[in-house]
Amino acid sequence: MSEPETGPAAGEDGLVDLDAAYREAQVEPLFDDLERELIGLTPVKRRIREIAALLLVARLRQQLGLCAERPSLHMSFTGPPGTGKTTVALRMAMILHKMGFVRRGHLVVASRDDLVGQYVGHTAPKTREVLKKAMGGVLFIDEAYYLYRPENERDYGQEAIEMLLQAMENQREDLVVILAGYKERMEVFFQSNPGFHSRIAHHIDFPDYSLEELMAIAELMLRRQMYRFDDESRRAFGDYLERRIRQPHFANARSVRNALDRIRLRQAQRLVEQGGQIPPAELSRIDAKDVLRSRVFSEAPEHEPSYAGPASLRKES
Amino acid sequence: MRVTQGTFSYLPDLDDDQVRAQVRYCLDKGWPVAIEYTDDPHPRNVYWEMWGLPLFDLKDPAGVMQEIAACREAFPDHYIRVNGYDRRLGRQTVGLSFIVNRPKHEPGFRLERSEGPDRRIRYTIRSYAAQRPSGERYSS
Repeated sequence: MSEPETGPAAGEDGLVDLDAAYREAQVEPLFDDLERELIGLTPVKRRIREIAALLLVARLRQQLGLCAERPSLHMSFTGPPGTGKTTVALRMAMILHKMGFVRRGHLVVASRDDLVGQYVGHTAPKTREVLKKAMGGVLFIDEAYYLYRPENERDYGQEAIEMLLQAMENQREDLVVILAGYKERMEVFFQSNPGFHSRIAHHIDFPDYSLEELMAIAELMLRRQMYRFDDESRRAFGDYLERRIRQPHFANARSVRNALDRIRLRQAQRLVEQGGQIPPAELSRIDAKDVLRSRVFSEAPEHEPSYAGPASLRKES
Repeated sequence: MRVTQGTFSYLPDLDDDQVRAQVRYCLDKGWPVAIEYTDDPHPRNVYWEMWGLPLFDLKDPAGVMQEIAACREAFPDHYIRVNGYDRRLGRQTVGLSFIVNRPKHEPGFRLERSEGPDRRIRYTIRSYAAQRPSGERYSS
């Protein structure tokens, strides 16, 4: 902007009305949703509010012609699996859209398979297509460190990385990139690709959930599906979580969701086997028996499962 | 002679912002946008060359604008048009098609009359530019 505009930013008295700008951005309802639907994650929420404040001020400055440079918005989300990185990315896209920093506010989720080709000359068009789809919104790259394979120097991932870096630099108006993954591996990835590290302004770390938070998440998920625990099953589920956390491949909220899915299965099975006539409330009540039949209770907690195949094939219960 | 084909062709050429707005209209309607080019703008030549595949699943015109720019760079002296395809059952046709690039000099068409039996006249139009081989037309 060449000359200062006296738009909504500056009033007649020359003062900047922050409250009005904040209301106008309509982000408060989004924050309320964030508080209500995301349990725990206090540091993450605080960082999001900080970023939102930064964006708000940046926009006001822009309207006043103070500094037209757009703040760098690329982010990296690090944390253990199932801590809500994708969910937060979705919310972030909406917040950025409301603030007017992305035009559409959609989220395109991509992983190595979507970006990297299988033969020479295959990578560039693939990456370019994903970038085009994500334009005007947010590109979320899950497990970004898989892009870089140091053991194979002819790996096509490097090509995708270069294109991404170029897009992050030259198309900042069109695209916001969020990289996500486990913390340790992301750090290694950033060390070997310093270009990424310097282009990403916001690093947000997602902590593991505590037991109470996982319990609250379970209650929220059940409530949304119109099920409920009774006192006994609630205690049983707390017990279940305590054991499950100590087992390998615990994926926080995702494990909770999977456990609930299986519990619903057992509840349905129990009801069908029991037969006869039941009050309607029974259909949404989860019995302690449904929880206690999980394999987690039949195994000693320190006992490793004898089958040690790929983690993706292994059942978590 | 200015070739008039497709939507907006009697208006002055659209600038980039106007093209972007039209593309946004297509994308908002859920129409995939395709870019096509030719150097044979005969009105009966409906099938132009495709510039890559149609751009599916885009949400924002930025990606289309990037492709239009690439196509213009490759074919500065061709006609380039943008099509929005409406796939809804019952329509299944191009919903919007407009020219985004044209050669600097358009020599136009020649009308040929040939006399048949019973003094019947048949008419043909022939592009002056298309008399040269493809690729050499319109380049001065």
